[in-house]
Amino acid sequence: MRGASPSRSPAEGSVGLVEPRIAGFEEPFELQCQETLPRFDLVYETYGELDENRANAVLVCHALSGDHHAAGYHAAEDAKPGWWDTCIGPGKPIDTGKFFVVALNNLGGCNGSTGPRSVDPATGEPYGERFPTVTVKDWVKSQAMLADVLGISRFAAVVGGSLGGMQALQWAIDYPDRIAHAIVIAAAAKLSAQNIAFNEIARQAIQADPEFHDGRYFQADAIPRKGLMLARMVGHVTYLSDDSMGDRFGRELKSGDIGSAQDVQFQVESYLHYQGTSFSERFDANTYLLMTRALDYFDPALEFDGDLVRALAGTQAKFLVLSFLSDWRFSPARSDEIVDALIEARKDVVSAKIDAPHGHDSFLLPNERYFDVLGGYLDAVAGLG
Amino acid sequence: MRPDLQIIAALVNPGARVLDLGCGSGELLKWLAAEKGVNGYGIEKDPVQISACVRAGVNVIEHDLDDGLGRFPDSSFDMVVMTETLQAVSSPDALIEEMLRIGEQCVVTFPNFGHWRCRLQLAALGRMPVANHLPHQWYDTPNIHLCTFSDFERLVAAKGMPIIERHVVDGDYRVHGRMNPLRNLFGTIAFYRLGRAIAT
Repeated sequence: MRGASPSRSPAEGSVGLVEPRIAGFEEPFELQCQETLPRFDLVYETYGELDENRANAVLVCHALSGDHHAAGYHAAEDAKPGWWDTCIGPGKPIDTGKFFVVALNNLGGCNGSTGPRSVDPATGEPYGERFPTVTVKDWVKSQAMLADVLGISRFAAVVGGSLGGMQALQWAIDYPDRIAHAIVIAAAAKLSAQNIAFNEIARQAIQADPEFHDGRYFQADAIPRKGLMLARMVGHVTYLSDDSMGDRFGRELKSGDIGSAQDVQFQVESYLHYQGTSFSERFDANTYLLMTRALDYFDPALEFDGDLVRALAGTQAKFLVLSFLSDWRFSPARSDEIVDALIEARKDVVSAKIDAPHGHDSFLLPNERYFDVLGGYLDAVAGLG
Repeated sequence: MRPDLQIIAALVNPGARVLDLGCGSGELLKWLAAEKGVNGYGIEKDPVQISACVRAGVNVIEHDLDDGLGRFPDSSFDMVVMTETLQAVSSPDALIEEMLRIGEQCVVTFPNFGHWRCRLQLAALGRMPVANHLPHQWYDTPNIHLCTFSDFERLVAAKGMPIIERHVVDGDYRVHGRMNPLRNLFGTIAFYRLGRAIAT
């Protein structure tokens, strides 16, 4: 099978130009919340070639604000490549010379897959705030359906960072015979009260925006930009470390003069405004609410009386669990909880703690040791078939 | 495989659960998994060694032994192994107790500071010993808790831990099977298999 393969010779390490595709699922899809979607679309991209045995497929799961565009460029003039281009491509840790990589926009997303922006066939209007609650378990189920469409009966690996890592963990639990390796990066087996608190602040910021209109902002022809911007600013601060913000911005001023205490704007303020504004232009508020709730509700041990060891007992995958020392949103201690449960459940697991300075965001950034461990692990996966 | 690792490998029952503290490149665990179907995990803190384990498909957990082993439940392993690492940790006595809390038995190997070459250098030259089995200078050595075989045996006796087995190897890892009464003078690396302290 050919994926959205490069239509020009790829620059070194790049998958080149890629094209999203859409898979439509016309059967009713029952969600964990017991509501049913009459049909849904998933938008996805693929990189590399599926081998003869259909055994080299790697699923890349995205985090809170990610999407299907994980690598390469949609157009030659694109300023930025896909969100994990540092990691996916020929010769990169997720080597498209060895693997057939599948990346999708999750159900409930706002970049092409069925979500709050999509039209509800029952009403002819966008779902908006009425889009049902989706969970990590629902995502994994829909991803398995996409795998069926692509003719992939078993993934060589399912990989993800943060919320994406939670999907990899859920994959191993829900489809033990369809995943050979679960690569869980900067994630946790469930959110802490502090994590949920940050998400709730973000949600309140959106919901308190007068332009939110109780989620019916499409109908009101409005966008809760201020709320989205605030939500992103809060989130972004938790993704960085104190040190990395200090190194990058310190107390540098964008404008004004502290001496005269007039019209002062710090660089870090300007940066957060920029991040928040650009996010509010591209992201859907209802999707943000939905994604943060999926994060909050994630707790695969819940149906096993809160016992993660029992939740993992039926898994067959081998695990790679990676964390970053400067990550305080999902700290290494949270990854250790997963690792310790895997050991107690007698599962194969490798874990490494990467000394990278960029906080939670480290999982998206190139780092020599990070890529050495991830690439080395995946080399072994490719070697063992 | 290194002869000292061969001794350890021979002791492990098929399918056992083994924790290897300071597992290095994972040589022992790889052999145990392949030959004996052992469910083994290695603890390591050196990124280079961890990478070697990853590429060899060995279960390696990045963890600093000086942070303790509190994350592992009681009796969660059949055997806890530590080869030539005891002398480099911050609290060897506490660590041995921990090994026997986690594992039914433990195996410890360490270099002998009582070897005649060490004694001679200290006695005759008045200098900190440097030998093949202890190659570091005093200022750059990771070995902060060197001991002699006698020292170690006094410690485990005080803790009431039975010595199930004991071997001494020379500098080429040749095993000196008979318990040489002069082992504390001529042995370079000792191998001890300990059981849990008998409650009194």
